[in-house]
Amino acid sequence: MIVAERKPMAEILEMVKDCSKVLVLACRGCVTVCSAGGEREAAALASLIRLGMKKQGKTIQVIEGSLVRQCDKEYIDAIDTWDGQYDAIVSTACGVGVNFIANLRKTTMVYPALNTTFFGGSAEQGIWTEQCAGCGNCVLHLTGGLCPVARCAKSLMNGPCGGSVGGRCEINKQTECIWQSIYDRLGSFGRGSQMETIAPIRDWSTAGHGGPRKTVRDDLTIS
Amino acid sequence: MSFEPKITLFSCHYASQQSCAEKGKELQQLGFPTTITLVRVPCTGKVQVTTLLQAFEDGADGVYVVGCPVESCHNVKGSVRAAKKVTAVKKALEELDVESGRIEMFHLPRGLHPEFVAAGVTMDKKIRTLGPSPFQS
Ligand code: SF4
Ligand code: SF4
Repeated sequence: MIVAERKPMAEILEMVKDCSKVLVLACRGCVTVCSAGGEREAAALASLIRLGMKKQGKTIQVIEGSLVRQCDKEYIDAIDTWDGQYDAIVSTACGVGVNFIANLRKTTMVYPALNTTFFGGSAEQGIWTEQCAGCGNCVLHLTGGLCPVARCAKSLMNGPCGGSVGGRCEINKQTECIWQSIYDRLGSFGRGSQMETIAPIRDWSTAGHGGPRKTVRDDLTIS
Repeated sequence: MSFEPKITLFSCHYASQQSCAEKGKELQQLGFPTTITLVRVPCTGKVQVTTLLQAFEDGADGVYVVGCPVESCHNVKGSVRAAKKVTAVKKALEELDVESGRIEMFHLPRGLHPEFVAAGVTMDKKIRTLGPSPFQS
């Protein structure tokens, strides 16, 4: 899922400072699962916006809504429900959701309530960790299923770098050296020798270094 | 004009068990501050961040939660969860540049006892020192 966290309140209050009514719009997708922007978090944010504005001696009307997802046109259309009830939307979706609203609603002002951080999973309750960087050219079949792009601080393709000590990363000792883990894991399958194959210099154009990416599935398009 | 605080207390049935004895009068007789409005909940673990924020929105100058002792919560982890919610609200108050001491968590044994009254007195004193809520428009 996409993992995110709420922006500092000062930043959000600055965004809405000239509004008299806002719609805090939750997303029931990824950000609900990572407890950053679901209905519960949107309700808390709505309350904090009201309190923050009140403290500044201003009043603001804050209504709450939610969409199944904010990354699909069909769901974005449902924003019509709140037509005329807000000056701006404060979206608690990931950056994708905010972009989708901006793309599709020419006259709607939309602000991000979250900092979108990474693609990850819940390692344990309340803790999320980055697992994939969406590089567009997956190498997990060569690395025992562990991602060197997202999980190696240097995104090395031929690791480890030589700085790892006791299986910990030299950049951050709290983090495992993923290349040590790749080595251990390949070894446990009797495939340790795979480490000796030198990965060629990587073409990063699939990773967004060539501009925004797009996927087209002709078998699914309508026109 | 002297300031009479408005304080909201969320307490589980267990920690505030006898607060209803003598139709609530017993508490008053023991010196429990009249500035405190007690909201009893089946378990403080059920108290959400939004519940606590709503109390401030409703005009509370201070809010506190009384749940079971950490090691002997009737519902195992309820009061620990409540404490985490209180911490989350403290952080949010700080973000809004408001004294985090306007909200507190207390872990107290069940039944009516001096500590329950003392916690109320502590909060009453503290909120009187902090003054009216900055959220009053
Ligand atoms: S808008 Fe973002 S958070 Fe919501 S479902 Fe889509 S990708 Fe997930
Ligand atoms: S190699 Fe690329 S696509 Fe595969 S998990 Fe890592 S970042 Fe994601």
